[in-house]
Amino acid sequence: MLKNITLGQYYPGHSPVHRMDPRMKIYLTIAYIVAVFLVKDLLGYALAFLFLLFMARVAQINLGFLMRGIKALRVIVAFTFIINLFFSTGDTPLLSWGILRITREGLQNAVYFSLRLIFLVMGTSMLTLTTSPVVLTDGLERMMRPLARVHFPAHELAMMMTIALRFIPTLLEEADKIMKAQMARGADFESGNLLARARAMVPLLVPLFVGAFRRATELAMAMEARCYRGGAHRTRMRELGYTRLDFAALGVMAAFIALIVAQGAFVHVGL
Amino acid sequence: MSIVIENLTHTYMPGSPFQATAIHGVSLTIRDGEFIGLIGHTGSGKSTLIQHLNGLLRPSSGRVLIDGKDLFAKDTDKREVRRKVGLVFQYPENQLFEETVAADIAFGPKNLGLSPEEVDARVRDACAQVHLDYETFKDRSVFELSGGQMRRAAIAGVLAMQPQTLILDEPCAGLDPRGRDEILGLVRELQRTRGTTVVMVSHSMDDVASLVSRVIVMNRGQIAMDGTPREIFRQGEALRAMGLDVPEAARLAARLREKGFDVPEDAYLHGELLEAIKRIVGGAHA
Repeated sequence: MLKNITLGQYYPGHSPVHRMDPRMKIYLTIAYIVAVFLVKDLLGYALAFLFLLFMARVAQINLGFLMRGIKALRVIVAFTFIINLFFSTGDTPLLSWGILRITREGLQNAVYFSLRLIFLVMGTSMLTLTTSPVVLTDGLERMMRPLARVHFPAHELAMMMTIALRFIPTLLEEADKIMKAQMARGADFESGNLLARARAMVPLLVPLFVGAFRRATELAMAMEARCYRGGAHRTRMRELGYTRLDFAALGVMAAFIALIVAQGAFVHVGL
Repeated sequence: MSIVIENLTHTYMPGSPFQATAIHGVSLTIRDGEFIGLIGHTGSGKSTLIQHLNGLLRPSSGRVLIDGKDLFAKDTDKREVRRKVGLVFQYPENQLFEETVAADIAFGPKNLGLSPEEVDARVRDACAQVHLDYETFKDRSVFELSGGQMRRAAIAGVLAMQPQTLILDEPCAGLDPRGRDEILGLVRELQRTRGTTVVMVSHSMDDVASLVSRVIVMNRGQIAMDGTPREIFRQGEALRAMGLDVPEAARLAARLREKGFDVPEDAYLHGELLEAIKRIVGGAHA
């Protein structure tokens, strides 16, 4: 049940996308996010979908695996849809029922906002799926290096992120195990109303937190025992560097954004 | 109560690069009142197998029958199954969560919907079974106990469900020899006095040697051997090939035999080896 969460999970491979410099992947992900916000209509989303298909192909990632990330977010997507459907202002009513009113603008907003969310999640999970957490934070640390001059603790922050990311699967596994152990004692996590379900989480959350704190103490001890002192003067095993691959990817992304912008402008003129 | 496993296969995360088949076509019958030692190297599929016995994992293919009824049929009440088949996970103390020992042990019986009196009676009974004095421990915080006590309190939490079959996954892992003896002792007592069917998962032959009536050896997701301890512990070579070993006493017996002493070929219990050695020593003196 907890295995369905794709967000933040690394999908090992050796595709061109996997081999890219993490910094470039982060920059391009930001560019992609901007591009998704530039999309104004369904045709634009169709283009974005084709782009995602292409990326998944290049990254050798099963599309079904990409979709699983959305499954975990279906509640948020549904929530976004409903809120926009009923609470958007507009003046072309399609349906009205008591105080509830669905307008054409509301429906449009609901569809667009939900799609935007789905595309954001699918696209950004591409980053975490093709980049192992360690490499990802390496990239982030390197990107934040200029900030060290203003005493910004870039290394410490990156280390904290590495550790947090590293322990996500561990905690998920632990949660899965505790859940099973409590189910073996007759606990029921799946039925009952919201309050009953929230209460049913206590036997899961208490041991999970106790375990997390224990792990944190042990990890701190182990790091100190190996003389970890933080940022200054640390050398690294992997030096980062841009290659032709990264510039090719930059070109592809630029083409995609140009296409989206051009398409948007075309629709605008068309109207 | 009988448990029949038919041609069970389990694959984790199918269709992803993490895909791994943990069990391949295992068939097995667990009869009423048996005491089974389930042995295997790390990653041999023991833990995956036992999670099918109370419906926590769903087989990729194959069936599990409890008293002839398919565990994964739509009309099977999983809670009823979990009441009958108790499962103690590895490091069970990690699942303790309540403020007091008594409240934690009561979690299972409460989930069964029993009356407060019945829950109380079961908590007392479970405490007695794991040798935790009820009056001393009932109001203690679960996080104040020693390692061995926490382990026993957690086991009591499962025993309070009064399962007909009890499955323990590495119940002695991480305990000192004394804690280990305590746990093994109480499992033996439970099996003898209450007739509970017990399946004990372990990678240590010494833990199970003197207790169990049947040993099942798993290797690479399949059952490699199944028989009485005496039959299994004769096959030292085959066991070593699977990264396992025979119990200490059987190892010593084999070495004595190599040196030409007349020790029974299938000795594996400390007692019987001691008898044999006494006989040899006595014979030499006579």
